[in-house]
Amino acid sequence: MDALAPLIAASMNAGTPLMLAALGLLINEKAGVINLGSEGMMLVAAALGFAVTVHSGSPATGFLAGAAAGALLAGVFAWLTVWLGANQVACGLALSLFGVGASAYIGMPYVGATIQASSWGIPGLERIPFLGPALFQHHPMVYGALVLCAALGHFLYRTRAGLVLRAVGESPESAHALGYKVRRIRLAALLFGGACCGLAGAFMSLVYTPMWVEGMVAGRGWIALALTPFATWRPARVLAGAYLFGGITILTFHMQALGVPIASQLLSMLPYLATILVLVLISRNIDWIRINMPASLGKNFNPNS
Amino acid sequence: MLELVPRAQPSRLMSWLSPVLAVILTAACGAVMFAAVGKSPLEGLAVFFLEPIGSLRGWSEIGVKVAPLLLVSVGLALCFRANIFNIGAEGQLVLGSIVAGAVILHFDDGSGGGGPWMIALALLAGAVGGAFWAAIVAWLRDRYNANEILVSLMLVYVAELLLSYLVHGVMRDPDGFGFPQSRLFDDGFLLPVWPGTRLHLGVVLALAASLLAWVLLARMFAGFRLTVGGLAPLAARYAGFSSRRALWGCLLLSGALAGVAGACEIMGPIGQLTPSVSPGYGFAAIIVAFVGRLHPVGVVFSSFVMALFYIGGELSQTRMGMPNAITGIFQGILLFALLACDVLIHKRFRWRLGAASTVRADGP
Repeated sequence: MDALAPLIAASMNAGTPLMLAALGLLINEKAGVINLGSEGMMLVAAALGFAVTVHSGSPATGFLAGAAAGALLAGVFAWLTVWLGANQVACGLALSLFGVGASAYIGMPYVGATIQASSWGIPGLERIPFLGPALFQHHPMVYGALVLCAALGHFLYRTRAGLVLRAVGESPESAHALGYKVRRIRLAALLFGGACCGLAGAFMSLVYTPMWVEGMVAGRGWIALALTPFATWRPARVLAGAYLFGGITILTFHMQALGVPIASQLLSMLPYLATILVLVLISRNIDWIRINMPASLGKNFNPNS
Repeated sequence: MLELVPRAQPSRLMSWLSPVLAVILTAACGAVMFAAVGKSPLEGLAVFFLEPIGSLRGWSEIGVKVAPLLLVSVGLALCFRANIFNIGAEGQLVLGSIVAGAVILHFDDGSGGGGPWMIALALLAGAVGGAFWAAIVAWLRDRYNANEILVSLMLVYVAELLLSYLVHGVMRDPDGFGFPQSRLFDDGFLLPVWPGTRLHLGVVLALAASLLAWVLLARMFAGFRLTVGGLAPLAARYAGFSSRRALWGCLLLSGALAGVAGACEIMGPIGQLTPSVSPGYGFAAIIVAFVGRLHPVGVVFSSFVMALFYIGGELSQTRMGMPNAITGIFQGILLFALLACDVLIHKRFRWRLGAASTVRADGP
């Protein structure tokens, strides 16, 4: 029982970057745009957030810098796809490939640098036996992600603006005919998604590891992309999926620590194999995906034609 | 005020010019980057673009990089033409090197074996390994409709971990002082090289692959079916062209080519299995394929440019103290620039005097 509390805590920690990124991508996709650049945005934000924190000494500034970097890159993506009508898949790939190089370049002087780690806790609640160490001693961003998840659920299904966003993703022609500015709404969704991916990246280098290593995001941006169909584009299910994947990652670490006689490399394959398995399970039923997927996902819209 | 308006017809000229413009734009961005870190932009660009082609050794080193880039990108060009986004060529390359390495380690007993037949067998093993890795993607896509982008990408990480596991374990050199690498292959198992350089047979194989792919696309019915399937899926279905056959064919072919590239790397410049057999050739080849206009001959030129980026990155590291990561940035910018320039195929700039004279339904 006592061994379980740190396991739960670590799973939440590992699931948080996945959740942040996947929630951002969910908003993108609800607006009808798929951004395959999440891995690149996370990497750049991780490197930049870490660099800023090393210089300023303030992780909050680091998070801010990460979010700004993510939003900036998403802005470039939005300009190319939403305004110039370039292919979304190709642009997303370009962003991811660019992010790998750019993050290595930005992070180069900071390999081996350290930042001050601090402990957190919610006063009062953190002293509860078992529940305290499991749930109430996290970095504020872990709770921030949970709040964001609830807020997005409310926004998408309980507010007028959320309805407009979903309309833009389902049928941009209809939204345009009603007088909504499809391209600006998509731009806003992309900037928000980029900022979320930026926060996720900064969380990786500031809280989860905490340090900068080249390529440290290690496919989490791509796993986050797989989480949105897994969650059938619903925020609450993104939460479940992200914590599930966080749990799988942590389990592989613990199996190594417990001396399970399986090579560490084989255990490290688990999250990637689990992603493939999940993709297979959810994609098997084409109708199920078709019902839930935003109808105009990946299709560009030009109001002038 | 400058504005973009649609062309009546796509411009053929621009579709040729756009990759050239993209390379020029990338060079301009590079100059800005050199200036930003306080180096002379002209000197930087000279090191990057001119020095590698100034000597015979430079040309041969470019050839060493062209071999894997061209092999992989020819396969990817076929895939992307058929709208099959195989992004995991890096994983297929790694698996090709694993299987080829296993075959070599099995037959190479250090007594001077090998020879042309052995080399052919190892190359074939590489092709089978790469094709097998791609077949997983094809099967999951065909049978379960799983997204090929994500599946092939996840398999890259799996392949790299598998390689790391093997060179730390069963394939490790027993006399290698515990270093995670296999023993050096015997000379009889290495590809023939151009005397005095590292340029190996792989570049010939790559050029042959590009030629065969051109024949397939331009002169054979299978290539026609593939192109139609990518451009107009409904028309292809109406004509009775099987989309499943295109899926399997493209993925197996591109996987096999990536596998051969991996085999060539370990039988050429590396000469053994190491934890890292490729500096991202599989990903760079995606850019190469797009910049080469998804044309089997076009990718010959674009893989040359990309090889130049690799050599230039290494040179600017040793000559000017720039970090090697600069190659990755150049690659990313190149693809971005290409996608932006490609807009001009379907649209053109128009200079309009007196802005905001017409009412528009949507924003700028």
